[in-house]
Amino acid sequence: MSHAPHQTHDFRAGIDAGLHDTTLRANFRRAMDGLMTKRAKQFEDPQEWTRLRALGQEIRQRALSKLPDLLERLEENCTRNGIHVHWAEDVAQANAIILGILQQRGITTVVKGKSMVSEEMHLNAFLGGHGIRALEADLGEYIIQLAGQMPCHIVMPAIHLNKTQIADLFADKLGTSPDGQDAEALTAIAREKLREEFRTAGAGISGVNFPVAETGTLCLIENEGNGRMVTTVPPVHIAVTGIEKVVENLEDVTPLLRLLTRSATGQPITTYVNMISGPRRGADQDGPQEVHLVLIDFGRSRVYADPETRQTLQCIRCAACMNHCPVYVRVGGHAYGGVYPGPIGKILTPQLNGLAEYPDHPSASSLCNACVEVCPVKIPIAQMLVRLRNEKAGKGTGAVQDAGSGGSLLEDAAWKAWATTYSSPLAYRVASAAMTAVGNALPASAPLLKAWTSVRTKPRFAAQSLHRTLKEMGVADE
Amino acid sequence: MTSGSLPAATVPRPLPAGPVTEVYLFGTCLVDLFTPSAGVSTVRLLQREGVRVIFPQGQSCCGQPAYNSGHPEEARAVARAQIPLFSKDIPIVIPSGSCGGMIRQHWPHLFAGQPEEAAACAIAARIWELSEFLLHVLKVSLEDHGAPETVTWHSSCHAMREMGLTDEPKRLLGQLKNVTVAPLQRERECCGFGGTFAVRHADVSAAMVADKCADIESTGAATVLGGDCGCLMNISGALDQKRSAVGSQHLADYLWERTQ
Ligand code: SF4
Repeated sequence: MSHAPHQTHDFRAGIDAGLHDTTLRANFRRAMDGLMTKRAKQFEDPQEWTRLRALGQEIRQRALSKLPDLLERLEENCTRNGIHVHWAEDVAQANAIILGILQQRGITTVVKGKSMVSEEMHLNAFLGGHGIRALEADLGEYIIQLAGQMPCHIVMPAIHLNKTQIADLFADKLGTSPDGQDAEALTAIAREKLREEFRTAGAGISGVNFPVAETGTLCLIENEGNGRMVTTVPPVHIAVTGIEKVVENLEDVTPLLRLLTRSATGQPITTYVNMISGPRRGADQDGPQEVHLVLIDFGRSRVYADPETRQTLQCIRCAACMNHCPVYVRVGGHAYGGVYPGPIGKILTPQLNGLAEYPDHPSASSLCNACVEVCPVKIPIAQMLVRLRNEKAGKGTGAVQDAGSGGSLLEDAAWKAWATTYSSPLAYRVASAAMTAVGNALPASAPLLKAWTSVRTKPRFAAQSLHRTLKEMGVADE
Repeated sequence: MTSGSLPAATVPRPLPAGPVTEVYLFGTCLVDLFTPSAGVSTVRLLQREGVRVIFPQGQSCCGQPAYNSGHPEEARAVARAQIPLFSKDIPIVIPSGSCGGMIRQHWPHLFAGQPEEAAACAIAARIWELSEFLLHVLKVSLEDHGAPETVTWHSSCHAMREMGLTDEPKRLLGQLKNVTVAPLQRERECCGFGGTFAVRHADVSAAMVADKCADIESTGAATVLGGDCGCLMNISGALDQKRSAVGSQHLADYLWERTQ
């Protein structure tokens, strides 16, 4: 796997910035509260939820267990449907494929539907560098493209901005009035700008929610209709997606859609469900003349190779994990760097890009399991965070990129000493007697205590341990 | 209202066959050194129901601190030392949802493929968090002798999401006729403890516990109760630092004190 060494992402700086931005925190809190409430209303029957998510997990695990076979069938059936299938192992390859398609046809403008994979590719900047203008057509993506930012959320890319901020941005970039703009008026402004672009663009680029192996169908859901425009109006449609997204057959799509839309936005179904099965045929009134599918790896094969980390690839990108995350809601999506924020980002990004580039991702969790509780395909996110902590410390199997890069001899020695004390009753008795006798004399400025006492009083050791107290009470020791 | 999450949809655990006359107590390392009173109250609550309590003096810790910090070998060494101490086929009661969750959920994973796997799984199946044991197994009915008081309840993440508790602690509190439980607005949100998380990402943890304290104070409760010493150490430390009037206590101590 080719992997260019990158700078270490400074998560700590991002966290610091996020925590101190009161507007940002208020925006996130309001938005996440809304999303959590809407989702909860969709899953009021715990039995239905339990049943449906078990099914979701089964579908995704089954698909992954046959991944090589399903990808072969997907290629075959897409090809039969007239969809050109391309494979890309890394970002450079994927970008070159898309650039090639566009340049051969002399295309200089493209419209884009929402695609996180295209963010992994930094596709807009790449195309821009080759004189091709890529315009985001999803409202949220359109907003952050205007603002020159990255998405802060995988479903709601501009959720960190409130209405006033968006009105100001439009005023600045588009010359509209910053005053008295409600959500509807802002949407109307964007829609008007985008209409013309759809008409003139040479190609549309989109993501895919579920590529279906059995039928060679690309399932794409959205609420704004921009996805349908992008995939039907321009003469060329290029879809990009990760190899892990494939599902076996059409029956698998229905339960996953039910889980995805309800988990993501609390909708029973999205406004548009696009099932794309090839270019315009015979008497078709619309649709592109050409459809391409670019299947990307970008480190996924490595995640796939280990049976435990493979579970990361079950993800259907619903964002429920970040909507419910007490860390995400306080630091905001941009703090995480990379493309995927929140709990899924914490486990996926270091696996795709390496623990050396994202060393603080695995530790930035209290392991509260709020994400695990809501994940519709039952990814054991907390267990995966612990696994990445092991790998980072060099105590795992070495399967994750840059395993051992966060090893610390001092920490190793401290945990060894801890284990020696806590696994020997005699040593523990001596240590606990010492701690209860003099532990409180430790100054609040002692290394770990200093961080603790920044907002809390020092924990106080009891005068006598439970062991001794119960012995004195005559509680049986057997 | 905005907690958003669902009650854990767990199948009720099978109860021990026949009446329980004897249990082990797993005290946990935090209770041992910081809040031994919670362990003592646990013993008294159990003994009052006619249950004989065994406390193996060789015990120390479930291994969670090392496990969560990326040091499984050390976690295993400590957990392994506990296994032979709880060999009798009787329930093990633990006054902590987090340590209980470690044993119940993570020991089977930690010992997978190890010689102790079967023994670890057997212990995992016998571990009971105090409130679920009092309510479901012993079916206690508590008689309140205290003055009217309003308290609030902090739900530990691991008690809910690893041990699968729903409202057991609140149902026990509901038996106390003079006690009103004023709910937190975000009862299901983490307090920010998370072991080493609280020192590694001290600023995020601080923001979380600050919000938790504000939520607690806005209930008007005199005391915040919890079932986990980690959460309580975090919350009470933060309340004390800001000189809050709200006190904090472990559920075991509170139940025992009010029912004598
Ligand atoms: S990890 Fe689970 S909850 Fe998070 S985005 Fe993926 S499917 Fe959704």
